Amino acid sequence: MLDFSRNHFELFGLPASYTLDSERLDRAYRNLQAEIHPDKFAHAGEAEQRLAMQWATRVNEAYQTLRRPFERADYLLQLRGIHAMDAKNTSMPMDFLVQQMEWREQLEDAKTTRDVAVLERLEKNLRGEARDYQARLAEEIDLRRNDSLAAETLRKLRFTDKLLAEVGAAYEDME
Amino acid sequence: MALLQISEPGQSTAPHQHRLAVGIDLGTTNSLVATVRNGVSVVLNDAHGHGLLPSVVRYLKEGSTSVGHAAQAQASEDPHNTILSAKRFMGRGIKDIPDLSTLPYKFVDEPGMVRIRTVAGVKSPVEISSEILKVLKARAEASLGGELVGAVITVPAYFDDAQRQATKDAARLAGLNVLRLLNEPTAAAIAYGLDNAAEGIYAVYDLGGGTFDISILKLTRGVFEVLATNGDSALGGDDFDRRIYCWVLEQAKVHTLSDRDKTLLMARAREAKETLSEHASARITVVLSTGEVVDLSLAEDAFNEMTASLVNKTLLPMRRALRDAGLTAEEVKGVVMVGGSTRIPRIQAAVGEFFGEGGKCTPLTNLDPDKVVSLGAAIQANVLAGNKGGDDWLLLDVVPLSLGLETMGGLTEKIIPRNATIPTARAQEFTTYKDGQTAMSIHVVQGERELVADCRSLARFELRGIPPMVAGAARIRVTFQVDADGLLSVSARELGTGVESHIAVKPSYGLGDDEVARMLRDSYAHAQDDMAARNLAEAKVDGRRLVDASEAALKENGAALLDEAERGQVEKLLASLRLALDGDDLVAVKRATEALNQGTVEFAARRMDLSVKKALTGQRLDALEL
Repeated sequence: MLDFSRNHFELFGLPASYTLDSERLDRAYRNLQAEIHPDKFAHAGEAEQRLAMQWATRVNEAYQTLRRPFERADYLLQLRGIHAMDAKNTSMPMDFLVQQMEWREQLEDAKTTRDVAVLERLEKNLRGEARDYQARLAEEIDLRRNDSLAAETLRKLRFTDKLLAEVGAAYEDME
Repeated sequence: MALLQISEPGQSTAPHQHRLAVGIDLGTTNSLVATVRNGVSVVLNDAHGHGLLPSVVRYLKEGSTSVGHAAQAQASEDPHNTILSAKRFMGRGIKDIPDLSTLPYKFVDEPGMVRIRTVAGVKSPVEISSEILKVLKARAEASLGGELVGAVITVPAYFDDAQRQATKDAARLAGLNVLRLLNEPTAAAIAYGLDNAAEGIYAVYDLGGGTFDISILKLTRGVFEVLATNGDSALGGDDFDRRIYCWVLEQAKVHTLSDRDKTLLMARAREAKETLSEHASARITVVLSTGEVVDLSLAEDAFNEMTASLVNKTLLPMRRALRDAGLTAEEVKGVVMVGGSTRIPRIQAAVGEFFGEGGKCTPLTNLDPDKVVSLGAAIQANVLAGNKGGDDWLLLDVVPLSLGLETMGGLTEKIIPRNATIPTARAQEFTTYKDGQTAMSIHVVQGERELVADCRSLARFELRGIPPMVAGAARIRVTFQVDADGLLSVSARELGTGVESHIAVKPSYGLGDDEVARMLRDSYAHAQDDMAARNLAEAKVDGRRLVDASEAALKENGAALLDEAERGQVEKLLASLRLALDGDDLVAVKRATEALNQGTVEFAARRMDLSVKKALTGQRLDALEL
């Protein structure tokens, strides 16, 4: 039956770390799909077809989790028993929140004035911020193994990712 | 570059046993059928040498139909009974059709999908499309000299679940075994990519008669990975025709037209558009039923001006697709142009400008834009049918529109985001709103908007039997599963008691199974066919396929994966299925098939595990090489 005891990293034969060889991940993903994708079983028996769909679904989920920095870090912390996104972990440092509010104001302004330049500047800042958090996660998870610090950084990255998604939506509304 | 070696599990076909499979492009304006013959994908022509079958169905009084060129020629003589562009109505309600006034049909507003009243009765778009598919099926069987194992049917990438389901129903109604629903731009990418051994990021710009798709793909060593898709399922060449049509009305100061004249003028408008792809101006001459003569000349510049907003409408989805893929236009290596409408010079120029500011990205038009989709579909059909050769590539496609649920306040909660690679599944937990609530109504929607009212409603169902608890205490897990055809099924489960409810998303916009069954009965009654014989034939096809697959599996690794007793058990079930297949007892065939299916579950699981192990070992070797 489906072997759920293997974690996402094991599934792709990768070490369980935040820093990840993305080419190796891509290659392992493609190799697995090449073996188990439903297209390879379109003429097989019912049981194999069903298993192929379950396996391909599982492999897709694992790949989408590992290739995205936020999801990968969150998953890795969960493997270590840390649920960084639990609803009770909501307190954030004041200076961080002030910065978030400033950015939100910029976003709202850009939306009302339909100013693409403001939006682009904001996006650039947010991307820089996200990159900083990602670098910090690599250090906190892989080197210092300080999970509670990493959990806080992850929550900050969540804020930034959400804002970036809203910036994307704002672009679409302006088009 | 050497492709990775991938063996095919369950491969059973000896080279001489070529299984007949086709790819069908069921288009808004034209439809085609293609197959792989001697390793080459070719479009199958009719007896007159035509590859394109106009997607036109005419219903005649005595109950027969005419499809294609003959029907098209009669369109203006019999406008109410001659249906063009039925694809635009698939899975659509009457309120979804934007240009009712220019259409001569007698629409019947029915819940879910619109119907059209004809001289032969009220017809659904599914039935109309199935008439086109029946003609293509007959053409293929005549040309290939045997019964088809199955077909890959293409759909616009931006088709939602209701439109996909309607397409699959039409194929079933036409007696086709659907191997896969394949997205049109993806099919084009297969045909193009395999033909040119392409590598890198490619875009497919597909502007058909009634739909527009843009897909961004990454081609890596035989893997076609769709990164993002976007589009407009109500934008196509028909809209360009309609701009000309309206322009003519305005110029000629004609206000009301008979239905005959509407159809005639639309045909002239289309001809003028086609002329303008080759010439600087086009003449439009129509003699109206009133005797009035309309005679106008349309210049290319004027045409470009009146259709500029339509061309621009295609740029927006392109920007969105690129953003979703996390790419810029400069990173796209080539743009494959698909669909007859991409012959319009202004469109080629606009696409060239969009992607190639440095002029390095010219639109690729070396494959016939009308045929490329069917050619790609045939290649996929050949692989899915289990024919050897050309199976060392893989397709990874995505779901085009987000899928979600209605939550309190009429808001959408997205469960599966757009551009998730399929097959995919996602689960989310919900809870009750009131104390003692014992049922929960689940409303499944598709679309990007926050308000449910702005999304497409796919289905509603109820989970009953939740034990009464205080509000917020029950935990209901809702799971969305999208299969490799891009079709959704939803299940809900109360986690405390395990009360479960499951649906394949169909009822509100697709046709119910009973409705398809009724249509099938009707069509057989008409054709003097025998429903029971058909059922038996279908069951036997399924049974034989399972025999083939099981024999191949046993041969490949029966000895390695099963002990003697297990192998004996599978052999025994195989023997009884073979015996049943020799007879004509439907129930016996079905029972023996089911028994073998059940009896090979464990074997299948072991074979899958072996495949996974193989993939991982392959990956390590592969990593060592680099």
